[in-house]
Amino acid sequence: MIYTLIPLLPLLAFIINILFGRDYIRDKAHLIAVPAVAGSFLLSLVAFAGVLKGEVINVNVYSWIVSGDFNVSIGFLIDQLTAIMLMVVTSISTLIFIYSIGYMHGDKGYYRFFAYLSLFVFSMLILVMANNFLLLYFGWEAVGLCSYFLIGYWYEKKSAANAGKKAFIVNRFGDFGFGLGVILIFLTFGSLDYMTVFSGADSVLGQTINLFGYEVDTITLICLLLFCGAVGKSAQMPLHVWLPDAMEGPTPVSALIHAATMVTAGVFMVARSNPLFSLSATAMNTVAVVGGVTAIFAATIALVQKDIKRVIAYSTVSQLGYMFLALGVGAYSAGIFHLYTHAYFKALLFLGSGSVIHALHHAKHDDEQNMEKMGGLKKYMPVTYWVFIIATLSITGIPGLAGFFSKDEILWRAYLGGDLGKFLWFLGVAAAVLTAFYSWRLIYLTFHGSYRGDPEQEHHIHESPKVITVPLIILAVGAVAAGWVGIPPVILEHADRIGEFLAPVLGHPHGHGTHLEEWLVIAVSVAVAVIGWLVAMFMYIKKTDLPEKIASLFKPIYNLLFNKYWIDELYDKIFVQPVLKASDRIVLAFFDAKIIEGVVNGIPALIGGFSKKLRNVQTGFLSNYGLAMAIGALCIIGVFIFMR
Amino acid sequence: MEDVIYNNLNYPIITWTVFLPVLGAIIVLLLRSATAIRWTSLIVTGLTFIISLPLLTGFDKTTHKMQFVEWHQWIPSWGINYFVGIDGISILFILLTTLLSILSVLVSWKAIANKAKEFHISILIMEAGMLGVFVSLDFFLFYIFWEAMLIPMFLLIGVWGGENRVYAAVKFFLYTLIGSVLMLVGIVVLYFTGGETLNILALSSEQYSLNLQFWLFLAFFAAFAVKVPMFPFHTWLPDAHTEAPTAGSVILAGVLLKMGAYGFLRFSMPMFPDATMMFLKPIMILSVIAIIYGALVCLAQKDLKRLIAYSSVSHMGFVTLGIFALNTQGVEGGILQMLNHGIITGALFLMIGIIYERTHTRKIADYGGFAGLVPWYAGFFIVLTFASIGLPGMNGFIGEFLIIFGAFRAKMVYGVLAATGIILGAGYMLWLYQRVFFEKADTERWATGDHKVWDLDMREIITLVPLIILIFWVGFYPEVFLSYMHTSVAHLLENINQTNYAGGDHLLTRLITGIF
Repeated sequence: MIYTLIPLLPLLAFIINILFGRDYIRDKAHLIAVPAVAGSFLLSLVAFAGVLKGEVINVNVYSWIVSGDFNVSIGFLIDQLTAIMLMVVTSISTLIFIYSIGYMHGDKGYYRFFAYLSLFVFSMLILVMANNFLLLYFGWEAVGLCSYFLIGYWYEKKSAANAGKKAFIVNRFGDFGFGLGVILIFLTFGSLDYMTVFSGADSVLGQTINLFGYEVDTITLICLLLFCGAVGKSAQMPLHVWLPDAMEGPTPVSALIHAATMVTAGVFMVARSNPLFSLSATAMNTVAVVGGVTAIFAATIALVQKDIKRVIAYSTVSQLGYMFLALGVGAYSAGIFHLYTHAYFKALLFLGSGSVIHALHHAKHDDEQNMEKMGGLKKYMPVTYWVFIIATLSITGIPGLAGFFSKDEILWRAYLGGDLGKFLWFLGVAAAVLTAFYSWRLIYLTFHGSYRGDPEQEHHIHESPKVITVPLIILAVGAVAAGWVGIPPVILEHADRIGEFLAPVLGHPHGHGTHLEEWLVIAVSVAVAVIGWLVAMFMYIKKTDLPEKIASLFKPIYNLLFNKYWIDELYDKIFVQPVLKASDRIVLAFFDAKIIEGVVNGIPALIGGFSKKLRNVQTGFLSNYGLAMAIGALCIIGVFIFMR
Repeated sequence: MEDVIYNNLNYPIITWTVFLPVLGAIIVLLLRSATAIRWTSLIVTGLTFIISLPLLTGFDKTTHKMQFVEWHQWIPSWGINYFVGIDGISILFILLTTLLSILSVLVSWKAIANKAKEFHISILIMEAGMLGVFVSLDFFLFYIFWEAMLIPMFLLIGVWGGENRVYAAVKFFLYTLIGSVLMLVGIVVLYFTGGETLNILALSSEQYSLNLQFWLFLAFFAAFAVKVPMFPFHTWLPDAHTEAPTAGSVILAGVLLKMGAYGFLRFSMPMFPDATMMFLKPIMILSVIAIIYGALVCLAQKDLKRLIAYSSVSHMGFVTLGIFALNTQGVEGGILQMLNHGIITGALFLMIGIIYERTHTRKIADYGGFAGLVPWYAGFFIVLTFASIGLPGMNGFIGEFLIIFGAFRAKMVYGVLAATGIILGAGYMLWLYQRVFFEKADTERWATGDHKVWDLDMREIITLVPLIILIFWVGFYPEVFLSYMHTSVAHLLENINQTNYAGGDHLLTRLITGIF
């Protein structure tokens, strides 16, 4: 099947670059990587066209693991959902690969960067193309591996090395649940193939499983275990802590892996497993609440961060929360729709910030990600500025742009979702105000006002080269137009193309409301977006001393937000340090060295002492020996009788 | 005579494989020059590997019967025969042994300058002993090989080891010897109750009373649990591993540790199925403890080699957990994981040996920034790190997944607890990797003098590449390896599941009433 080339091309690029990059290819690594990923993109287009015509492909390539009744294949499924994911992954990858040629130019690990990035694309494509849960798990872990490599790309920095390790280990907590979920799926359905599992889902409805003495609904348990994985990979509470730290990686990595693609894998997985999730109200509500709470929680942190990339990172966590909110209220296609639009405007925000960082880096700025040391960049970097504006209009949900349509769809579906739905809708709206505020704050701090860095550097700042700005412009087109495939019927009849396209896999969402209600929901979202914008403008353009004043007035709250609710510190205190200390002082120093070794070394000592006493037995009196022999013989006979 | 398939090749393939290293040892004995000794040793181990290959190609995967069998009378008055053969459980270990032996010779090329002749004789005798253990179908023969392995290993640690070598060697020797002696008692009792024969297959088809099974299981358990090593019989291992020369560590981790689990599969489970059921729970609990305990200790280690040694405790915990899950996935995963562990941990010890030759330190704190200093070395190490963590696409995943699956199926809580091992595993391995390879390197320290550091040379790459290939081969196409075991494992499980043990026995009661 030709489509196996879609993941294999980037894999090939990885192998070539990692083996020969260091000694031979060096700064030509993009010549291998870019054509490979562009090839994947073209093939994905072909696959997409095929699916549009109704050709769904589901093939097994070979049996991967066979053991007794356990059997799982390497096999691919290309249906509507996969086709959308293929388009998102390969198109954004291609743009970011091109952007990286400029961004990473001159870096001493240039070949290594493209190698890892290619490996990532391979892994991500396996993840979305898998036709069974174990191959999904393969891709899932493999993207985690690449994330580890790329976050720690500048490994000489301790913070980067730490962040990579943290990302992998935090994800392992989620994968712990995910893996058990996969096992439970097999034990319940006797297969890991999507088709077999999903078609059998109804038949196990109501089945329970004994979990440590409690009867638990099997489907609910499976869904919650799977969702553990999603919480890790998509950085939802309480496992969100790795994503902001992941910004230690080069900016194209943040854009591709930690915004557009990998972190959305959790959303994809839940959407993919929708036939299971739909059967468990408990699981659905969990997904929705975790998503809604994360959306607002992360947005509050983003309000006060100073590092430009961290703001966008928390924004990503928040937007992923929206996607889960959508999935949790059963609006799977709305979740995927937002995943798709988000990929464009968020990649654009990251790459735009990368352009800023790149420019400041070349101007020898010593704190190139700190927005407090920026300002007034508008006139030096007009292209970057304007694409930033477009991305911000899109993410804040200004009508007509991509983010508006997908976010509105989510809020509308939440609104229809019953009592819990109203609450979730409220969370979503509240998060939207915050989103508008922090997004515009970022723009004003970075591009408006006057330059706050060292004046020496100021004349060295200039717009990034074409290889960087052209991908930005293309993404900006996406950030505007990507949403036009999902216009709600209330605005334009028969224009919700993406919803219809995905319906065979994701179904139609439930719930109906009046047109008036729908217009009201739209009006509220637009209103809050504008309010957030105006407040930001007031605080950062008109009364620039106001933020300072508010911060000092509400010092405790400011500190709480600025320090990210001290969650990292909390985890360190209650998990990391206790485990490390217990391993060192209790398990190793006490139990292993004292107790076990004590017994082991004690026995010879005991025997030594005993033999000293035993020496006294050697009396030299024949009668004593005779007695001993008699007792011994009796014992032996006794043993033999006993054995028979 | 039992139902076996006699060797139909025109040469006795098993005998050749097992005794070629002995012949090699004799030749080495006659040589003077160190170079000639090394080359002879390399050629002999290489030939042994090549000779053992037809076992793979000629193996009949459709039968559980012993194959390539050779049978000759040896000491008829005692019923002792030269009886060897292999089945789906032992075959892969033979190949693992012959492969790792070559690598052990290669890695010792420069590291062993002192008493090279004695060293290579020890390695070759060791190889013969290990191969003998896996092919013996007569208890007398088995026991000879079992004990014969002990001496060269003792010498390898005690003569060519690190600073604390004598302590470590004696500890290793005593531990294994005590276990072996108890097993010997068990063998003698079997001989008398099983119709005065030492034929392992014949003894396996006998039925023994529950009480006898109980005591015999314990006697064999003593030998095997120490070898695995299972918690809490593991404390010889970190010392032995750490002090042994690289080749010794590789063989120890790669093959010797497998003897214990192999013993469970070959002897304890088929011969004492009722007792196996009786001991199931405590063994699974000990396995889970080993997984978590081993990993926690790794987190606290400050010595590179000791860390890898303790990780073996954790990984072997997975193996025993899988085997005693008593279902296809668990047992096959367990056997596969034994091979995986041999490959991965063997390779990790090779890596540590390689870097130790340059830096002369095992303290983790002395390292840092080596990714920039020795990029190829760092690249190989990261592959091994992730293989050890069980990343899909590499061999560790297949084994661990099947084991956790099997354990989960047997009893959910064991599967869940074992799965925590994958979190801890990522923790200690990635932390190790960070401390050795990331951050800034002390470039001056490693630039000159007797701790000058340089990247892998061709000999070292050749040593490592076969293992790297195996890692991905098993990871992407495990069926090549699993297919050898399917029939034998199915047969083994069929036998055990025929047990009519009703349960409800209290182990401690039986132990106490038995003693008094």
